[in-house]
Amino acid sequence: MTNSNMSQSDTKKSDVTKSVAPKTKVIVDPERCVQRLILKLQDYWARQGCVILQPYDMEVGAGTFHPATTLRSLGPDTWRAAYVQPCRRPADGRYGDNPNRLQHYYQFQVIMKPSPANSQELYLGSLDAIGIDSSKHDLRFVEDDWESPTLGAWGLGWEVWCDGMEVSQFTYFQQVGGIECNPVPLELTYGLERLFMYVQGVENVYDLDWDGVPAEEGGKTYGDVFHQNEVEFSTFNFEIASTDELFRHFEDAEAECARILKFGEANAEKNGKAKGNLLPLPAYDQCMKASHLFNLLDARGVISVTERQAYIGRVRELAKACCEAWNKTQLEEA
Amino acid sequence: MSEFLLELHSEEIPARMQAKAAADLKKIVCDQLKAAGLAFTDARSFVTPRRLTLVLDGLPEKQPDVSEEKKGPKVGAHEKALEGFMKANSLTSIDQAEIRNTPKGDFYFVVNEIKGRDTTEVLSEIVVETIKSFPWPKSMKWSRNSFRWVRPLHSILAIFKGETLKGAFDFGNQTLDFGNQTRGHRFLAPDWFEVKNLDDYLHKLRLAKVLVDENERRDLIETQAKALCVAEGLSLKDDQGLLNEVTGLVEWPVLLMGRIADRFMSVPHEVLSTSMKEHQKYFSVLEGDGKLANRFVFAANTEAVDGGKTIISGNERVLASRLSDAEFFWDQDKKAKLETRVKALKTIVFQAKLGTLAEKVIRVQDLAGSIAEQTGCNPVFARRAAELAKADLSTGMVYEFPELQGIMGRYYALHDGESPLVAEAIADHYSPLGPSDRCPSAPISIAVALADKIDTLVGFFGIDELPTGSKDPFALRRAALSIIRLITENNLQINLRKAFAASFSAYTGQLTEPEDKTIDGLMSFIADRLKVALKDKGVRHDLITAVFVLGDEDDLVRLLARVDALAGLLKTDDGANLLAAYRRAANIVRIEEKKDKTVFDATVDTVLLQQSEEQALHEALEGASQEATKALEREDFTEAMAALAGLRPPMDAFFDKVTVNDDDPALRKNRLCLLSRIGVILGQVADFSRIEG
Repeated sequence: MTNSNMSQSDTKKSDVTKSVAPKTKVIVDPERCVQRLILKLQDYWARQGCVILQPYDMEVGAGTFHPATTLRSLGPDTWRAAYVQPCRRPADGRYGDNPNRLQHYYQFQVIMKPSPANSQELYLGSLDAIGIDSSKHDLRFVEDDWESPTLGAWGLGWEVWCDGMEVSQFTYFQQVGGIECNPVPLELTYGLERLFMYVQGVENVYDLDWDGVPAEEGGKTYGDVFHQNEVEFSTFNFEIASTDELFRHFEDAEAECARILKFGEANAEKNGKAKGNLLPLPAYDQCMKASHLFNLLDARGVISVTERQAYIGRVRELAKACCEAWNKTQLEEA
Repeated sequence: MSEFLLELHSEEIPARMQAKAAADLKKIVCDQLKAAGLAFTDARSFVTPRRLTLVLDGLPEKQPDVSEEKKGPKVGAHEKALEGFMKANSLTSIDQAEIRNTPKGDFYFVVNEIKGRDTTEVLSEIVVETIKSFPWPKSMKWSRNSFRWVRPLHSILAIFKGETLKGAFDFGNQTLDFGNQTRGHRFLAPDWFEVKNLDDYLHKLRLAKVLVDENERRDLIETQAKALCVAEGLSLKDDQGLLNEVTGLVEWPVLLMGRIADRFMSVPHEVLSTSMKEHQKYFSVLEGDGKLANRFVFAANTEAVDGGKTIISGNERVLASRLSDAEFFWDQDKKAKLETRVKALKTIVFQAKLGTLAEKVIRVQDLAGSIAEQTGCNPVFARRAAELAKADLSTGMVYEFPELQGIMGRYYALHDGESPLVAEAIADHYSPLGPSDRCPSAPISIAVALADKIDTLVGFFGIDELPTGSKDPFALRRAALSIIRLITENNLQINLRKAFAASFSAYTGQLTEPEDKTIDGLMSFIADRLKVALKDKGVRHDLITAVFVLGDEDDLVRLLARVDALAGLLKTDDGANLLAAYRRAANIVRIEEKKDKTVFDATVDTVLLQQSEEQALHEALEGASQEATKALEREDFTEAMAALAGLRPPMDAFFDKVTVNDDDPALRKNRLCLLSRIGVILGQVADFSRIEG
């Protein structure tokens, strides 16, 4: 679900190749229903010493944006966390008609700083925990370097293949917010829908068994939970979202972010201390906001190719400033 | 046995970096060994996704002893200088130094006998230095270490003469001791085990499901893949690049065959092949008639307990989901005709100063039309093909698979009912993409391909955006080579200067450089590329220059015919001697012109020709000139050269009998003018002064 290459306007409403008629729910195995698999991942990573967090309460385009990853990647302390993060990619909406593409989907995110010596083994253990047996499957680490121009972040690693399918992104972060990571964190990102479709053996995301309960007993599929959401938000993202408002909100978030940081700086200078005075966390909220607003504008097709780079650059400047402020609070602590 | 075995075991090394890494490892270690005076008989390196291995044979136990002589201060020099010299050479008294007499006086000398160190010691340092200085194209830090490697490095196996080499590598926050252990396949044999030497290493790793030698893996992949195809009466589509890449993705290749669902077989086969290769690293399979079969072959990296059933069905599902995307684009793209997509090119920038692709298309249309008229094919088709050539860039399919540009254009054009000639030209117009790429031969294709490249070259030269050194971001050299191949391989009689001029004016004032400069620059750029292109075919670059500098030849086909004829002439004895005689004449003229500070270019006065040899030469020259002119008019270059070849005997006779620098200044001047005539007449076919050797 991360493959989001088509966002041209001509692939909107007309994008109906296979209409998704609600099917009777097929219970594969209650152990492999969506909610059980999530619990298993959480349980596995909790046992590896991760803090199990809940999703951040704002719209983000990827689990990386969660402050538990972006900000916590910086600073000298150890940090291990795992969480599910709903992600919004407005341009990927397909009105609930495409079996593989969603504008709202889930990532499971693991961050471990410093990266453990047995990172790969730990990761493979998580696949085993959700029933991907390495004696039957072909698991591979295929080069894929990761970069987020909006976060000013990059790292080296792989996409992990299971029988030819990308099931996770595996990255050793090198830089975040333009700042060198020291120690280096390991970031794991699982695209849950695609992974679970594979585990359950279904071809259509809306057919995923959510709860392992038969339909006649009130059991729900992914479609039952999210189909209407996809239809409505596709309409909103592509057709209704007011671009004037979005542009204004973007400017507001940008200004607010700067204002918060400036206020914090003044206080830190006055009190001679970064922590408790600098305000990277509330400022970073505004950065996330600006990023999502940009994604919405992009989906509405009102940002030209050249402008696009400029907007990404503006979000990156916010992210950098927030990361720098955060880093100061962490280094001081150390 | 003095074998040294080194294995650097890491997390997965990107496939594209492996071959160079193996070569670098060998070179870096061997260079250091040589510098340390340690000889060896054999060096081999291997690479898998998780290990870089090097083995050296025939190393000695110790470095050889060397004696090193150092010259010190002059006898009687200042005490400070003596102290420094003693300190640097660990002398307790200056009497320990030798006094030698040199032409500059008596100096202190010391001879240090340096004992060779144990090879183990040196090797250990070399290993550390090698790891430190390894030139990965991209490297990373991990955990709390400051050290960088391509991916986390987990173990260093170093064995010399069966013993673990003493040593360790410091990562900054962690030290990794050299050891004698490695581990096998990640899933099939993950345990650590000890090895003694190379044979033991290769053997145990094979048992542990790792084929260390990449050549063996590559061969195995190819053999197994072919066998799977043959069993089905099919054949494997050759793709060495993909084969190499796949070799770098597996330690224990197990080849499997899957099926492409029937519903996808109606999607253009290039799309299926590209998607399989680019996204999935699958090999395409062909039917007996060369058409794509509904199968694919891939290399798994494991022996599955179910014989690969799960792996195959998983890969088939992944492919199906990939191909439904492709199928979706194919269906979707066909809904809009190509001609309606032309306007979308207004939003694609060709080059900031040169405007959009839409503008380029308009220029290329005119140019293609006029080239078509010159080459005698239908200009209407050429214009149409040029109009639609770039339209597929706005399709979903080309957005997803940029390498299918042109190819998709052909499919969509045929679907729209365009003429097959037009469709072919759309597909062909990017070609040839290099020296080994297929060169279009259909006239409409040629016209559009030429026009597209001429427009690009003139545009970039016209704004002074030229390739420099190794930098050629707009592939202008390739474009020039394409023009050369299109013209020469199709024997086109095209006036390049005229074509460049037409292209220049089509830019209507957008170009910042003057027209003359642009076109002259381009002509010499083409000449340079021509020399490079023909070098491989053994054509001498000096002969191309000799013909090109005449400046009257901008028809590449004629130019090459001249070069050919010239080369033919020079191969004969007459030709070789003619060249020698020409040089003698030219030298004399040059020297005398310098002396007199004048130019001997006056008409030869026949009255002053006294000796029969000079009369004969004059007659022969004028006769040859007329013959050569006539032959050149007929474009019979061989004949023109033959006419000139006949000049050899009278020239030889002239130099034998006639004294050029006669005491009579009038005779001398006339003879010098006669000699200078030789260069002029030979110059009808080539500038002989440019010929080397």
